[in-house]
Amino acid sequence: MSVSKEYLKEQREQAWRVELRGKKKNKERTAIPRVKMTEADPNERTHSYIEVNRGLNIEEAVKEATRCLDCPNPTCITGCPVEINIPKFVKRIEQREFLEAAKVLKESSTLPAVCGRVCPQEKQCEAQCFYTQKLNQDPIAIGHLERFAADYERESGHFSVPETAPSNNIKVACIGAGPASLTFAGEMAKLGYDVTVFEALHEIGGVLKYGIPEFRLPNHIVDVEIENLRKIGVKFVTNFIVGRTASIDDLREEGFQGFFTGSGAGLPRFMGIPGENYIGILSSNEYLTRVNLMDAANPETDTPIISGKRVAVIGGGNTAMDSVRTARRLGADRAMIIYRRSIEEMPARKEEVKHAQEEGVEFLNLCNPVEYFADEKGRVKQMKVQKMELGEPDASGRRRPIPLEGSEYLIDVDTVVVSVGVSPNPLIPDSLPELEVTRWGTIVVNEDTFQSSIPDLFAGGDIVRGGATVILAMGDGRRAAASMHEYISNKTKN
Amino acid sequence: MNKIVDKEFFSDNVVRLDVEAPRIAKARRAGHFVIIKVGEKGERIPLTIAAADPVKGTITLVVQRVGVSSRKLAELEVGDCITDVVGPLGQATHIEKEGTVLACGGGVGVAPLLPIVEAYKKAGNKVITILAARSKDLIILEDQIRQYSDEVVIMTDDGSYGKKGLVTDGIEEVVNREKVDMSVVIGPAIMMKFAALTTKKYDIPTIASLNTIMVDGTGMCGACRITVAGKTKFVCVDGPEFNAHEVDFDEMLLRLNGYKEVEQQANQDFLNKTKK
Ligand SMILES: Cc1cc2nc3c(=O)[nH]c(=O)nc-3n(C[C@H](O)[C@H](O)[C@H](O)COP(=O)(O)OP(=O)(O)OC[C@H]3O[C@@H](n4cnc5c(N)ncnc54)[C@H](O)[C@@H]3O)c2cc1C
Ligand SMILES: Cc1cc2nc3c(=O)[nH]c(=O)nc-3n(C[C@H](O)[C@H](O)[C@H](O)COP(=O)(O)OP(=O)(O)OC[C@H]3O[C@@H](n4cnc5c(N)ncnc54)[C@H](O)[C@@H]3O)c2cc1C
Ligand code: SF4
Ligand code: SF4
Ligand code: FES
Repeated sequence: MSVSKEYLKEQREQAWRVELRGKKKNKERTAIPRVKMTEADPNERTHSYIEVNRGLNIEEAVKEATRCLDCPNPTCITGCPVEINIPKFVKRIEQREFLEAAKVLKESSTLPAVCGRVCPQEKQCEAQCFYTQKLNQDPIAIGHLERFAADYERESGHFSVPETAPSNNIKVACIGAGPASLTFAGEMAKLGYDVTVFEALHEIGGVLKYGIPEFRLPNHIVDVEIENLRKIGVKFVTNFIVGRTASIDDLREEGFQGFFTGSGAGLPRFMGIPGENYIGILSSNEYLTRVNLMDAANPETDTPIISGKRVAVIGGGNTAMDSVRTARRLGADRAMIIYRRSIEEMPARKEEVKHAQEEGVEFLNLCNPVEYFADEKGRVKQMKVQKMELGEPDASGRRRPIPLEGSEYLIDVDTVVVSVGVSPNPLIPDSLPELEVTRWGTIVVNEDTFQSSIPDLFAGGDIVRGGATVILAMGDGRRAAASMHEYISNKTKN
Repeated sequence: MNKIVDKEFFSDNVVRLDVEAPRIAKARRAGHFVIIKVGEKGERIPLTIAAADPVKGTITLVVQRVGVSSRKLAELEVGDCITDVVGPLGQATHIEKEGTVLACGGGVGVAPLLPIVEAYKKAGNKVITILAARSKDLIILEDQIRQYSDEVVIMTDDGSYGKKGLVTDGIEEVVNREKVDMSVVIGPAIMMKFAALTTKKYDIPTIASLNTIMVDGTGMCGACRITVAGKTKFVCVDGPEFNAHEVDFDEMLLRLNGYKEVEQQANQDFLNKTKK
């Protein structure tokens, strides 16, 4: 589905873009410094769940968009998994045609307001920007601009609802309601299919709802996108576990002709060290689910949460950062990240690490827990950690941590959040013995079509990739929709 | 959706609810449970499917009022809807013809025991059931249990009904009198712990159905984890039934109290609010 060079060129030669390019010299453009996103004050934000990144105002956005050189060979696009026509939307912002900018985003992305907030832009589009690659300057703030255009559209109330083909009355089902399924659902609805999304939880959104916290991605933003899917006819059924509430066979009998599994990587891993089942030690999934999905920090709700004063979060990914920052907001005096490599090796986004540091999170790097100790009630009170040093790079290219014998020491803790990774959700594979899965439990699919070993079952997102990103999940959903459409069309022709 | 079609109090604190849930009624097997949530701000709590009528499309829940969420559920009336019901969850009971099965239910544990007793009976076993509770008014579902048991032994702590004594006394009595091939125990964790110790003494294979704290019930959070034969297991997906002789009940007892202080405060606040 890669966008063709010819198409990009043709778009670039449109009169409005040529005119815009002529308005300023490249020298003037490159002289503008990159915009700085306004952030909520660290002291204020650790006492609330307000969104930390406050967004760009119109002048900031237009100025930032002016920096973009509208390159003849826009390398930025190659860094984006769904190949958004980046210069086109950025130039629409410079032109102050913000609604047009949002339309460009929607040609390739179902959830631009989400991706603008949570995409690891610094490793994707922005890493490939001409500024980064050739000028050794800060890249265009593509993510910030994407968020700006999507927010502008939403707040303007002029939400463009995509056009849909006339209904073909063919029923297809999505399993799970995370970004992969939501994207798939939107694409299929546009093609005229009768789409139903089945979700195990009582809320739609997958990790966007139960995992990523409010201070990074407010729930109402996800809800607006879901509303839009409803408007184009997508049906949502919550509290429905495919494989348990009904099997795929049952659904086939009810007339569903195609299935897309976007069931995610929802299974928490633990480390298997002594004392890990003491009270107060929980997975980041449990911790974040209680706070985000169940709103446990709100005294009006019934779900309890323990607001620890000394909280240790084990791990260095986005999930660990989200957990430790949540711990600060729940009132932890000491919120610590315990990570076995150095800060440079952390898989979390740079921005998250920076925000966590500003919020007073302590980083205990090159440290690994080896044992927990509890009081007489079984509640964790101390943990033993071992110091590590970095050895040779391993298969992932990161330097392998090696334990330093005799370096163990104790830390007082009352809550520990284990955030050392997740495994694929086994609900669907377990219910389909004939489905081909890898030894890690991910579903095997054809790399181009996303079709599994069961012909009418397609899959994408974390259930195929293991833990990945929102935008990759969305890209999969989009491609799977195109190939399922082809599959069903061929079948009905014969 | 999920409308309550029938309701009956077995005692002050134990209520039976028949709830519309046609898909679950059709798919469930003995041993399965559901997760329910009452109200938008409610908590997700697990409850065993005590019985189901696939024709009417209803499932039966038997609930003991212990805290805020179970109280909110018990307050719903016929015609009201339960906001969220999801299931069936967990592994179904593995039912075979064993010979003589000794089923032990303590307190509200009799509710999850009922479908298991029924299934063992239908598989051709001789079923002896021990119902144990603190006192007479806490014995529930006696008639339903009798329907599927060859014999019912009732034990109360205070002797107000049946024999005076604990569930373990009842087990001793039965095993000293006849050969038991298999045992099932469901009840408070402390009762299951001692029942398991007793059957172990007599080498009777025993399964226990565990009622840990849960959130999602689908294997996503790990709140329900316990140690079985030295390995961490998730009760919601690996269970809820396990070999009782391998379960670390002491750890489970501690973990059940994980949120006790917070829950008790919430319960007190709720009672104060509803009194006003
Ligand atoms: C805390 C956290 C922070 C993250 N931060 C970022 C970030 O900043 N940037 C980024 O790009 N990525 C981030 N990620 C990763 C990203 O969220 C995931 O890669 C993405 O959500 C995967 O999407 P998905 O659609 O495959 O699955 P999910 O979002 O996991 O959704 C799967 C859904 O399927 C449901 N389900 C499963 N089985 C069934 C079944 N049998 N029947 C019905 N429903 C079922 C589940 O309940 C779930 O709702 C983060 C992840 C976490 C946990
Ligand atoms: C698989 C499974 C099946 C279950 N089936 C049933 C059933 O059929 N009927 C039924 O009444 N209950 C059943 N339970 C227990 C039920 O889920 C809890 O009673 C309920 O969650 C309590 O919520 P609450 O808010 O009312 O009380 P809370 O405020 O959460 O708790 C009140 C008090 O009860 C104790 N408590 C909390 N949870 C449990 C528990 N799981 N077991 C024992 N004590 C607990 C707490 O320590 C506290 O002291 C089952 C549990 C599981 C895991
Ligand atoms: S979707 Fe993500 S990678 Fe693509 S342009 Fe937007 S921020 Fe960059
Ligand atoms: S590479 Fe950078 S400067 Fe060039 S078009 Fe893309 S965003 Fe603009
Ligand atoms: S309840 Fe969440 S994993 Fe079992």
